[in-house]
Amino acid sequence: MTARATIQDPFSLRLQATCRRFFRWLTSTHVLLALIMLALMAYLIIVPLYRMLETTVTFQERDLLHDPNAVIGQLTSYHWVRMLVSPISRVLLYPPLEHSLVTAAGATALAMLIGSMLAWLVVRTDMPGRQIINGLATLPYIMPSWTIAMAWTVMFKNRAAGGTPGVYEYLLRRSPPDWLAYGPVPIIISSALHYYTFFFLFVSAALMSIDSNLEEAGELAGASRWRILRKITFPLVLPALLSGFIMTFSRVMGTFGGPNVLGVPVRYYTIATMIRSNVGLGEYADGFVLAIMLILLAMITVYINQRAIGTRKSYETIGGRGFVARRTKLRRWKGVVAAAVVAFQVLIIVVPLGLLLYDTFMLKPGDFSLSNFTTHFWIGASDPTIASGEPGVLRNPRLYATAWNSIKLSALTALFTAVLGVILGYAIVKGRGTRLSKLVEQIAFIPYIMPGIAFGAVYISMFSKPVGPIPPLYGTFALLVVVSVAKHIPYSARSGVSSMLQVGRELEEAAQVVGANVWQRFRRLIFPLTSSGFVSGFLLTFITSMRELSLIILLVTPATQVLTSMTMRYTENGDDQMANAVIIVLIVLVVAGELLISRLRGGSLRKGLGGE
Amino acid sequence: MATPIVIKNLTKRFGDVVAINDVSLVIEPGAFLTLLGPSGCGKTTLLRCVAGLEDPDGGEIYIGDKLVFSHRQGISLPPGKRDLGLVFQNYALWPHMKVYENIAFALEIQKLPRAEIDQRVKEALAQVQMEGYADRYPREMSGGQQQRIALARMLAYRPKVFLMDEPLSNLDARLRMDMRAELKHLHYVAGATTIYVTHDQVEALTMSTQVAVMKEGVLQQLDTPERIYRYPANLFVADFIGSPKVNLLDGVVVEPNLVDLGPFRVAVATHGATGKVVVAVRPEDVAISTEPAPGATEFVAYSVLPSGADSIILARLGTLEVTVRVTGISTIRMDDKVWLKFDPATLNLYDKESGKLIVAP
Repeated sequence: MTARATIQDPFSLRLQATCRRFFRWLTSTHVLLALIMLALMAYLIIVPLYRMLETTVTFQERDLLHDPNAVIGQLTSYHWVRMLVSPISRVLLYPPLEHSLVTAAGATALAMLIGSMLAWLVVRTDMPGRQIINGLATLPYIMPSWTIAMAWTVMFKNRAAGGTPGVYEYLLRRSPPDWLAYGPVPIIISSALHYYTFFFLFVSAALMSIDSNLEEAGELAGASRWRILRKITFPLVLPALLSGFIMTFSRVMGTFGGPNVLGVPVRYYTIATMIRSNVGLGEYADGFVLAIMLILLAMITVYINQRAIGTRKSYETIGGRGFVARRTKLRRWKGVVAAAVVAFQVLIIVVPLGLLLYDTFMLKPGDFSLSNFTTHFWIGASDPTIASGEPGVLRNPRLYATAWNSIKLSALTALFTAVLGVILGYAIVKGRGTRLSKLVEQIAFIPYIMPGIAFGAVYISMFSKPVGPIPPLYGTFALLVVVSVAKHIPYSARSGVSSMLQVGRELEEAAQVVGANVWQRFRRLIFPLTSSGFVSGFLLTFITSMRELSLIILLVTPATQVLTSMTMRYTENGDDQMANAVIIVLIVLVVAGELLISRLRGGSLRKGLGGE
Repeated sequence: MATPIVIKNLTKRFGDVVAINDVSLVIEPGAFLTLLGPSGCGKTTLLRCVAGLEDPDGGEIYIGDKLVFSHRQGISLPPGKRDLGLVFQNYALWPHMKVYENIAFALEIQKLPRAEIDQRVKEALAQVQMEGYADRYPREMSGGQQQRIALARMLAYRPKVFLMDEPLSNLDARLRMDMRAELKHLHYVAGATTIYVTHDQVEALTMSTQVAVMKEGVLQQLDTPERIYRYPANLFVADFIGSPKVNLLDGVVVEPNLVDLGPFRVAVATHGATGKVVVAVRPEDVAISTEPAPGATEFVAYSVLPSGADSIILARLGTLEVTVRVTGISTIRMDDKVWLKFDPATLNLYDKESGKLIVAP
């Protein structure tokens, strides 16, 4: 009936009706916000990616050095051929690729072993001191990822890369073997000791949600303990292991700090450090080819993971009631296991920090005797004979400026990320089921699969030239904020969606019905109802941004230096004590922030919605 | 004073699913209309379309003389401009606001003076007998109390139209009974046109002045509760309304006003129908006796279910089963012989093929 009526209407009337409907669709809040977010993400994610790709397939000014006939801006396969099949690819691409894969695989395997073991001990055994260990287990992840790498050099440095040897040689009067001092083994170990936290968190969550009844059912059926572990527990934990795998693998692939400290001095390059080296030489196109390779690898990992998890992640292990988590009795091993775990925690937290701290009090590098003790690197005045005349960090105006930069960067990033989270969450959740909402969600996911250093590389090409009304941002502090916010978009979208999902749609509809406009709804309902998610999202981003290096290493300039890049600069200049002092300052700031978070969160959660 | 609502040819699709299929309804001013049907029949969607929370794909809606939605003209007023109040199934009280703030919110949006807001909140709380709860948070109250606050929130706003989406479905049986009486009284006092969604036929029959039965997005019957019960327009409505369920007996018209049910024949007005038909009879309309009587058919009592006020007897004859309801506690025992008799005036006849009620031409 309606169809017939429509046909009878004159064209102008139908056009008017269609326009009205379109305008109404366009101005509905979630559509409008989704479109704004799409435009923003196109600018922050799609355009930079395109610019990067474009750079790799056109001649750059730089290429005139190799080929005087090149026309700048002309389409060419030159860079891809050079990086993939020319003789130089056997230096620039394949060895770093192999090194990246080896270190990522090794670190992931080791991290899985450590993380799962700890998770099982904490969640499923009667080991004493579980609470404390639960807290300590996440501490290494709070510290910058290359902390242990730097401590490692203090301990095991040898003369292979020049410079003075470390504590090992000082104490044993013997040089540590090269494989122990630099290269894949230390990179794997130091990365694993940072990233095992993913496995620890995911596996504990999974173990906690498995009802022991499931295992007991197996036991009653007469299965042996090992069989139960293999046939029941393991498959239930598998999705968590796979999530941990993808997180760890892609992070280690894209990580810059550790390989830069432990690999580069002996020319053991990974893709990440090779990108930096190329970009540092001005060979942007070559660096971008590597970055694209890294992105492709990360995409493959995500793809495999999703194929593997796919149907599995839907395990409904939380049964609602009658939940029993039985703990395995360690009996007489109780004490031994607890001691071993505590020793392990000391080894990976206290010893590295102790080594770093001790090193900052040594005047001459390589001499670890007490007679070499100095407080110069902390509070000494400028002395041209030490550390290129830099005063001790606590008297160094550059440190304060840099620390302020770090805090400013993290706070701004966290603020924008949290605000974007609310908007993205609203646009995605209110539009659930529409293509627009799905598109927003998918594009928001892209930065997730982009390794940090590759994402940073993307921004070089984007912002070296003006884009539309925006001036070239390269070298500015604003660029650091932009790249950090963009990289956090997946996290803001996810936390925004989850906090928006907790706000039932009826709550907003109830206000719509009584005539509250968008602004009134946001101010009186959406913001207050999502505020606890907003605050915890803000704090989490703040901490992660404080210790971010891979993402911004290609974009910082001396004027926009932050603490993470500052330690790296000192390390590269051979000023180890200064580098170590700066990283200690950074760790103190981050851990203080973390303590503040748990304080605030404890407080805000108790007042939070639905809480007792 | 009260507002009529007219719905014309309303259609709403979600992807390939047609949630509402060409529904037309006229709701009288001051009516209490219940949208009744099994879950997924489109009744909530219809309510949300009236509220303006969904945009239909066709048709028109008038509230009073205001055209609030027209697909043809591309018009759709936002919910806030339709002058209606909505009570949600899960109450949708704002958890971060106290009862007072929950009720006052809409009035603040209307920019009423503070004194009047105070006055109206107080009145609304009194209307639902919740004075003294103004300082509570929603989570500090029971489900029934939250329900009352949700009602008060709507009453204080004084909309011309009340919309209620299964407001009682989350309450326990006892509380539901009490609230039915309260709601009916509130509607009586306020006099606002009300659309009430429920899947509970007892709620629909006891509270409404008009009932609209829906199935798979299609309106089956719009009528008074009495006529819905007494003359269901088709087999679906007949089967859906009434507890215990209506008896639906397959038969064939053998001659005018006589239907063969297999083991026996019943007299019923056939209005010229022929062929396969279904005879519908309510359990309470069947006369049952432990003695043979003229015109009665012998059955066996298969099961007897007394429940105090009445008793249900399942009587069988071969494969034929008839449910009978008698008042009080029945003395019939299982496997007793019983005689059933059908009163032609209480029987409805349906066409087997189309399922439609056969009425006088």
